[in-house]
Amino acid sequence: MHIVVCVKQVPDTKIIKINPKTNTLDRRSAPAILNPYDAHAVQTAVSIKEAAGGEISVLSMGPPQAVDIIKKSVEIGADRGYLITDRAFAGADTLATSYALSKALDRISKEKPIDLIICGKHAIDGDTGQVGPGIARRLDIPPVTNVIEVSDINKDTRRVKIKRKIINGYELIETEMPCLLTVEKEINDIAYSPLPNMIKAARYTPIIWAVSDLEDVDRTQLGLKGSPTIVGKMFTPPKPEGGHMLDGNADDQAKQIIDILLQNKELFSVN
Amino acid sequence: MSNGKSQEGRGPLMLDNRGVWVYVEQNEGVIEGVSLELLGAGRKLADKLEVPLAGILLGDNVRELAEEIIFYGADEVYVVESPVLKQYRTESYMKGVILLAEKYKPEIFLYGATPNGKDVASAVATDLSTGLTADTTMLDVEVEKRLLEASRPAFGGNIMATILCKKHRPQMATVRPKVMKALERDTARTGRVIEESLEIREEDMRTKVLEIVKDVTKKSLADAHIIVCGGKGMGDERNFGLIHELAGLLGAGVGGTRDVVEAGWLSHDHQIGQTGETVTPKIYFAIGISGAIQHLVGMKNSEIIIAINKDPNAPIFGVSTYGIVGDALEVLPILIKQFKEAFHEKGGEVTHA
Amino acid sequence: MPEKFDVIVVGAGPAGTSCAYTCAKNGLKVLQIERGEYPGSKNVMGGVLYRKQMEEVIPEFWKEAPLERPVIEQRIWMMDKESTVTFGYKGLEWAQEPYNNFTVLRAKFDQWFAGKGVEAGVLLINETVANECIVEDGKVVGIRTDRPDGDVYADVTVLADGVNSLLGKQLGFHKEFRPDEVALTVMEVINLSKDKINERFNLSENQGCTIEIFGDSTKGNLGTAFIYTNKESVNIGVGTTLSSMIKARMKPYDLLDYLKTHPMVKPLIEGGEAAEYLAHLIPEGGYHSVPKVAGNGVLVVGDAAQLVNAIHREGSNMAMASGKMAAETIVEAKKKGDFSLDTLKEYKDKLYNSFIIKDLKKYKDATHTFENNPQFLRDYVPMLNRAASKFFTVDGTSKKDKQKQIIKTMTSERGTIKLIKDVYKAWKAVK
Ligand SMILES: Cc1cc2nc3c(=O)[nH]c(=O)nc-3n(C[C@H](O)[C@H](O)[C@H](O)COP(=O)(O)OP(=O)(O)OC[C@H]3O[C@@H](n4cnc5c(N)ncnc54)[C@H](O)[C@@H]3O)c2cc1C
Ligand SMILES: Cc1cc2nc3c(=O)[nH]c(=O)nc-3n(C[C@H](O)[C@H](O)[C@H](O)COP(=O)(O)OP(=O)(O)OC[C@H]3O[C@@H](n4cnc5c(N)ncnc54)[C@H](O)[C@@H]3O)c2cc1C
Ligand SMILES: Cc1cc2nc3c(=O)[nH]c(=O)nc-3n(C[C@H](O)[C@H](O)[C@H](O)COP(=O)(O)OP(=O)(O)OC[C@H]3O[C@@H](n4cnc5c(N)ncnc54)[C@H](O)[C@@H]3O)c2cc1C
Repeated sequence: MHIVVCVKQVPDTKIIKINPKTNTLDRRSAPAILNPYDAHAVQTAVSIKEAAGGEISVLSMGPPQAVDIIKKSVEIGADRGYLITDRAFAGADTLATSYALSKALDRISKEKPIDLIICGKHAIDGDTGQVGPGIARRLDIPPVTNVIEVSDINKDTRRVKIKRKIINGYELIETEMPCLLTVEKEINDIAYSPLPNMIKAARYTPIIWAVSDLEDVDRTQLGLKGSPTIVGKMFTPPKPEGGHMLDGNADDQAKQIIDILLQNKELFSVN
Repeated sequence: MSNGKSQEGRGPLMLDNRGVWVYVEQNEGVIEGVSLELLGAGRKLADKLEVPLAGILLGDNVRELAEEIIFYGADEVYVVESPVLKQYRTESYMKGVILLAEKYKPEIFLYGATPNGKDVASAVATDLSTGLTADTTMLDVEVEKRLLEASRPAFGGNIMATILCKKHRPQMATVRPKVMKALERDTARTGRVIEESLEIREEDMRTKVLEIVKDVTKKSLADAHIIVCGGKGMGDERNFGLIHELAGLLGAGVGGTRDVVEAGWLSHDHQIGQTGETVTPKIYFAIGISGAIQHLVGMKNSEIIIAINKDPNAPIFGVSTYGIVGDALEVLPILIKQFKEAFHEKGGEVTHA
Repeated sequence: MPEKFDVIVVGAGPAGTSCAYTCAKNGLKVLQIERGEYPGSKNVMGGVLYRKQMEEVIPEFWKEAPLERPVIEQRIWMMDKESTVTFGYKGLEWAQEPYNNFTVLRAKFDQWFAGKGVEAGVLLINETVANECIVEDGKVVGIRTDRPDGDVYADVTVLADGVNSLLGKQLGFHKEFRPDEVALTVMEVINLSKDKINERFNLSENQGCTIEIFGDSTKGNLGTAFIYTNKESVNIGVGTTLSSMIKARMKPYDLLDYLKTHPMVKPLIEGGEAAEYLAHLIPEGGYHSVPKVAGNGVLVVGDAAQLVNAIHREGSNMAMASGKMAAETIVEAKKKGDFSLDTLKEYKDKLYNSFIIKDLKKYKDATHTFENNPQFLRDYVPMLNRAASKFFTVDGTSKKDKQKQIIKTMTSERGTIKLIKDVYKAWKAVK
């Protein structure tokens, strides 16, 4: 089994705070982290490797500092990592991102055929969830989004069973390998990495590729040039008017709320 | 590993495309609410552009739903029926949608941002080599250039980003459930139904759906008629108990902001907002919540919003129907006490829960 | 088979990193374990970094290190309720290379410093806690971390795990601190614009100032307070020995709040926004409480060895110097191939011949003197303020008469003999 996990570097939105008064972003302490969903994706690969054997590669497109998230992936249990980094990739929307990643996956699969690709459900910054399915289409392999469990992998028939989250429930589906999964956080808990992984990661140097290292690349499909969407404008939504303020002391205010509640006869019946 | 199929020349520069389309998601013959909402939103866009509004319906034995789609605003319904479309699968649904889009060439194409809606839209956008704006909460159109202006909360800050797709058609967007308004169902409306067939055999399908399990026990917050949502302003987990207490009395669901979930006072499935649930209950209490945009997008379409915050300038008051400037820790116990009295004395009954 | 290194350093504060860096520079295979998310993530310091000892580890570090401001002025305040007597020194020679001291924010500085170690070849592992030393045949042979498969071995283990060194305690190197051996310091980083800082502290572009405050800052308890200027924030903190805090039934926050609202202090920080709140222990026992610092296969450096000069608030410099000495000892030991106490005790000798132990010895009784003689801070600071007020108030009395009056009140308030005794005691403690 050769599993490739796509991992993205994102700013830590847990730490980013928004000042509700000024509506500005408090960027002071927003370090770059491994997209949390992608950590679960790597962990999924680790569990599959533990059960079925194989190797785990991770792939990221991003700035040179993204080597850190590749090392983080090695801590979780990846065997190696590739970073594609080049000015030509900058400004990519999801279409251009999936194009670039698919070209890198082509090269990786030449070195060692890929059986499974795993992505996060979405990245917490761009937050579109479109890159995974996009890659699957470009490679013409089945995508399975919103995965909450990899139930069975049959190496001989090359078929996998997967639970996929849907509105109000889940579905169990079966598909063939290679395929692409995007995983929800609930698929697993990230294990506390063993010390040898930590040491390995601290020593690890990711493989770095530029556009020129990839084959058959149509440069017009990369980065800003290859992106059909653009950010037209940014604006602060018009401030809504607001409603009626309830006056008086706390007793009066509570009373007014109760009147409002009990007016809703379909919710409460009082005699 | 590439399929060798070139994507070039497939989508770009089809600027003479016309028509506004809505992907109508049905599950087991029932149309998802978001699809009806999108017909409402799409209607406005189509009227501005003076083009027909079409609903796109795929499935097995679903033709009868076409009428409903027209009642909710469509002028045309494109229907693709096939046994391979019995359950949703990216592979077959995507092919059906692409078939229609390539043949009839719409200029705008909207999808509900549900798991399946996002899934099919992402695949279709890749094959058509066009832009797809994710999780939009505002839609408009610039008539002269026939440009869809799809806006979504931008990462961080109380800022919306309008995403444009200038040179590629169709212009596609997924739209969050419960932010657009469906039209009143109008059985007098009429429209045209166009049927197409899909040539895929089950044997050629790589993916099979083995089982669908609906979780009926878990009552979703999205279904609650009343939600009591607390924020970081409750101070600590113990005080947050007041939120549970009030909710219990009212038969309401309990919600929280992201900060509350991160503090561990509630589990993630109670989070309301951009990265949590979107809800539109009849009554929404926002208590000790500042009202950051990421929270507002998840609740601002509730019918009645009652906000309690000690800061008179808190943005939450901007969206509230009724506001109380005060200390929640003082107001809530009084409210709870008074409600018990007023309600039980009168032999009241919570009839909605 | 767990890996074996030449050296394992526990902790990535100034002591640990200085040791790890120096070892790696000398070609040793070094593993450094830090429990924080990254080095400095939880580390606290008032913020004065002394040039000399840092320079000895990394020459001309100021050209690239993330420093806040070079300190060009040091002020000392003897503060009473509504007044303060100030003295200090401001010198522009400190505004240029090689500078004297700098203010730093530890979260940034430690991360950078540890990064230099990594460049030199240190393997740095964050988010990992060293739970215990692995001891075999009376020799420390490695550490056991909290991670799965978490044992790792080395010829020498260096304990740089800070003031409350659990590992040192486990080895029996030192006992639990007495409350009078440690100070609890609380501190806040308050964001203020560059312009406001420059204006309020009378500084030009990129010049820094430190204020050490005695007297009412600690409500008369043994301890001091400080205000240091960063680029766009100030650090304000206050600390007293744990014992005085217990005695006076005070909470650390109350003390900081008191300081922040003190009329002498408030105008300096007004309008600023508290960005971080930190609390930390400082070993203040000085010379008397330095534990065993060397054993078979193990050395103790920095705060873990209680190397802090409480009076002058020096700690990071001693941490770095001790870390470097430990490294030099290990490099020699490696050459000899012997890591027993016989060889490693060389570190102790180095330490005891350096400024570190000499300074600690010099001030060895200071804390106790002050702790046992609360009048120093409680009585003399207000007295000094009254004296200064009298002296500087223009009211028609001749200066000569004023001096007489001042001496008279001082002796009558405390008694001549007592006064002379106190002055002698204080002088002896810090001489
Ligand atoms: C405010 C804002 C709004 C945007 N809106 C849109 C939009 O509506 N439509 C659009 O097309 N683009 C949009 N973009 C651009 C988009 O964010 C980028 O294309 C981004 O590179 C990938 O999209 P994502 O972050 O949404 O990833 P997602 O699709 O959410 O990521 C899903 C998974 O794909 C994988 N993945 C994603 N990116 C990488 C990568 N660089 N390297 C390796 N794996 C990766 C990871 O496994 C990840 O978990 C927007 C950007 C911003 C800042
Ligand atoms: C990418 C991203 C995604 C996000 N997604 C979400 C999301 O899905 N949902 C979400 O909620 N947030 C989300 N956020 C976070 C959001 O920006 C806000 O930080 C968050 O909503 C604030 O939560 P809060 O209102 O509980 O806390 P605060 O902003 O701290 O507000 C507390 C409020 O309580 C008031 N208060 C304090 N004490 C009292 C009292 N005794 N009585 C009455 N009022 C009192 C205060 O005046 C204040 O207005 C996201 C942020 C980012 C960057
Ligand atoms: C409020 C305050 C103000 C001060 N002001 C100054 C000043 O202005 N100038 C000055 O020179 N000194 C000052 N000091 C003293 C100075 O901070 C210390 O002397 C110095 O930090 C000591 O360095 P260290 O490396 O020995 O320990 P620390 O800096 O405490 O580093 C110890 C490291 O070890 C890690 N660690 C601990 N246990 C474990 C474990 N079991 N496993 C893994 N990692 C572990 C910790 O996370 C930490 O990173 C001040 C101290 C305080 C509290």
